[in-house]
Amino acid sequence: MAKLPSSIPDLVHDFGPTLHTIPSGGWTRNPQDEKLVKTHCCFCGQQCGIQLRVNNNKVVGFEPWESFPFNKGKLCPKGVKRYMQDEHPDRLKTPMQRVEGRGFEPLGWESAMERVAGEIRRIQGQYGRDAFAMLTGASLTNEKAYLMGKFARVALQTANIDYNGRLCMVSAGAASKKIFGIDRSANPWSDIPKAKVILVAGANVAECAPITTDYLWQARENGAKLVVIDPRLTPIARNADLFIPVRSGGDIGIFNGMMHIMIERGWVDREFIAQHTTGFEAMEEAVRKYTPEYSAKIAGVPAEMIVKAAELWGPASSSFLLHARGIEHHSKGVDNCMAAINLVVASGRIGREGCGYAMITGQGNGQGAREQGQKCDQLPGSRDIANPEHRNYIAGVWGVPEESIPGKGLSAVPLIEAIHEGKIKGLISLCFNPAVSLPDGNYVREALSKLEFFVNIDFFLSETGRYADIVLPGSLMEEDEGTTTNVEGRVILHRKAVTPPGEAREDWKIICDLAARLGKQEKFNYTSPKQIFEEMRVASKGGTSDYYGMSWERIDKEDGIFWPCPEPGHPGTPRLYEGGKFGHADGKAHLMPVEWRPSAEMPDEEYPIILTTGRVVSQFLSGTQTRRIGALLNQYPQALCEIHPRLAEKLGISEGDCVKVESRRGSIVVRAQVVKTIRPDTVFVPYHWPHDRSANNCTIRAIDPISNIPEFKICAVRVSKTEEPTDELAVLGMEAGGIR
Amino acid sequence: MNERQFFLDYSRCIGCQSCVQACGECDTHRGTSMIHLETIERMDSVQTAPQICMHCEDPICARVCPADAIKKTPDGVVQSSLKPRCIACSNCVLSCPFGVPKYMAEFEQMMKCDMCYDRSSVGKKPMCATVCPSGALTYTTMEEIQRTRRGIPINSWNFGGEQVKTKVHVMVPREVERVKVDLIQISPTPAALAIDPYDVALMLEVL
Repeated sequence: MAKLPSSIPDLVHDFGPTLHTIPSGGWTRNPQDEKLVKTHCCFCGQQCGIQLRVNNNKVVGFEPWESFPFNKGKLCPKGVKRYMQDEHPDRLKTPMQRVEGRGFEPLGWESAMERVAGEIRRIQGQYGRDAFAMLTGASLTNEKAYLMGKFARVALQTANIDYNGRLCMVSAGAASKKIFGIDRSANPWSDIPKAKVILVAGANVAECAPITTDYLWQARENGAKLVVIDPRLTPIARNADLFIPVRSGGDIGIFNGMMHIMIERGWVDREFIAQHTTGFEAMEEAVRKYTPEYSAKIAGVPAEMIVKAAELWGPASSSFLLHARGIEHHSKGVDNCMAAINLVVASGRIGREGCGYAMITGQGNGQGAREQGQKCDQLPGSRDIANPEHRNYIAGVWGVPEESIPGKGLSAVPLIEAIHEGKIKGLISLCFNPAVSLPDGNYVREALSKLEFFVNIDFFLSETGRYADIVLPGSLMEEDEGTTTNVEGRVILHRKAVTPPGEAREDWKIICDLAARLGKQEKFNYTSPKQIFEEMRVASKGGTSDYYGMSWERIDKEDGIFWPCPEPGHPGTPRLYEGGKFGHADGKAHLMPVEWRPSAEMPDEEYPIILTTGRVVSQFLSGTQTRRIGALLNQYPQALCEIHPRLAEKLGISEGDCVKVESRRGSIVVRAQVVKTIRPDTVFVPYHWPHDRSANNCTIRAIDPISNIPEFKICAVRVSKTEEPTDELAVLGMEAGGIR
Repeated sequence: MNERQFFLDYSRCIGCQSCVQACGECDTHRGTSMIHLETIERMDSVQTAPQICMHCEDPICARVCPADAIKKTPDGVVQSSLKPRCIACSNCVLSCPFGVPKYMAEFEQMMKCDMCYDRSSVGKKPMCATVCPSGALTYTTMEEIQRTRRGIPINSWNFGGEQVKTKVHVMVPREVERVKVDLIQISPTPAALAIDPYDVALMLEVL
């Protein structure tokens, strides 16, 4: 019974989102009564260092942390205002239960936890262990991510656990693993300004990884050439030496086209290829037909642009590739990334100062959270759940029989489909808001309402939490401690600034309590996150992402440690692949042949326009946190549909008009923003808002066959001018999905 | 040379508004942001430009103030109006060549960027220049800026014949000696404009 207990406006009235605009204690601050807590931002994978100002167990502001080497005090607007989620009126402070017709009402921890444990036992007893699933997130610390994986396999003994990194880093990770044998950015960010040419593919750096901007600009000050590939002219593209406005889904045309020219003109490093790689011939064969003209047709850009890109990248003395969701959120996301990474490997410019490659991790612990075993196919240390040796090792660490560890489970989208089909009946989730963040939103919300029992752990009642039977109040980042692993592979320490308010608890305590109620207390007897870390580093020992040599003390003292760090005293590994030694058993990089194929849904007569989705700088992901912060919402209050004036004119649309964006799956009504900075065959809508403003109502439930990442970056829509809606959802505040 | 100064580089700005959000976080600003971030013309481009007070050597805002309410500190930082003196005439608002001062009715005074005087006067960086992710706003030494940037810092302006020298520097291409601002036609005719440099449709047509 997981249907909404009351109307959306009633739920919004009771639980927000509400805008928080004035800090706790007001604007007059008393620095003498405050302590500064050095920690990191809770939002994206840049994990900027920041100091929180704490007065009387309340976070009242921030102070830049200038000595932290990655961001040196720099922050994006989300980092500046993140502290406003503390002392928030919407904060969940007691466990709650769903009450039909009335919404949610408080109940005590004991009753709530007993009900959850009872429902887990009932559902697993009636339908089998795998009928109870777990969805987690990549904003969790390493310790929590490790705990979630262990809880699913040891306490729930379900195969079905997956996490929202599935919407983020899995294409990049899979491609990296296939070619390099390791899933991590290859270089520290300090290598970026030393590169002579930088290729940024599908990464709106200025809005989604703002701190990286200064690294790019510094490279340009040093004379680097910047090439940007994106269907939209983003703020960094404005300064690019070459901007290629690719058609969404056409990236392979550019990468294979560049490779074709590089081979033709002798800009590949034959010696490096012979010594340190395999697969060149097959890759060479694959790109043979990718002449500039053929490539241009696929990419939807003039052939000359691809030639120029090859001319910049090919003969450079040093180079750096950065890619992000723009090429990864595709049903061929892994292939897109592999085609891009081939350019790095064939150039031989990897594993040296100023030469390398990085995927721009999206979520706070997007890197670490995918290493500790909460992916449906992984065990801690980036181990493979299907590998008997790996299973044996982890079974030893956990003290359980190897055969008791379930096998590979369903990834996020198939897991939701299994709920929709009635195969999965129960769900525990935290740190995930699929009602807004997964594609084909109407289908996802239908699935949630079919659950027999749903327990949600969160600090705010998200759009997904509204479907819960039991809501448990968890913890914000600053209310707990633990490590995350940033975009560079640098493991860093988040310090506890305040204790959870009211009856709210640290997430790990909730999970350990639940494990005990499921009869597994002896496996979850932790007294602190540090104790979890101590077990986790042993679990990672000998794995690819080896944290064994790390300690919290060292991480703190050394401003983070890059994995692998296999032994105490090991300095960590900021730069991978030095000396051409790659992560595969043969020590080589494996070049991969890639063939372009169409996206799952291409525009046609009925739905002639490409919809692509993404983020704006002032909001983060599904907006659970950032739509509650007044200053951030006001910066960009509601989803807008970016549309080129030529297309707008054809459709009779003017700036500010309400437009209906409609796909075969659903629709939204938002206002038009007419801009010349987007391809005329494409519209863009950011996805941070819910209900009738949720871009994911339109996106397609198609996934990459290898990574299972959804195809957020292209689906077919039609766009038309419409009247301003006045229904009950439209008149909600913009933070709650209304329109103005 | 070792004293830290303020440098503005419009070409680096990505419009993220970190500066706008952080300005209000300075203890003495108490939630009111005094930096301006201009979006030049969103339909045509993504160009944005932050504008802090340039802290003129001979501040026009102070010269035209009939109430003598605008003061410059000995270290050259021009302050918001003194509230007891400010008569809300907005002469300063109208006279500033950079469009910086704003009369804020809520507070009954003119308020503007004071370079976070509570911070910069004790050796800290102003908030905006500390957080700016793009380096469009930078507070560092002249030596450091010359070592790390291709452009050069200048602080001489010519506004239709009026010479202005500012404490804050802007980064410009090497050949520029001073920024010359003359009257321009407000609505440029097509002939006065170069081809739309950020129109993606034109990029796809070209070649």
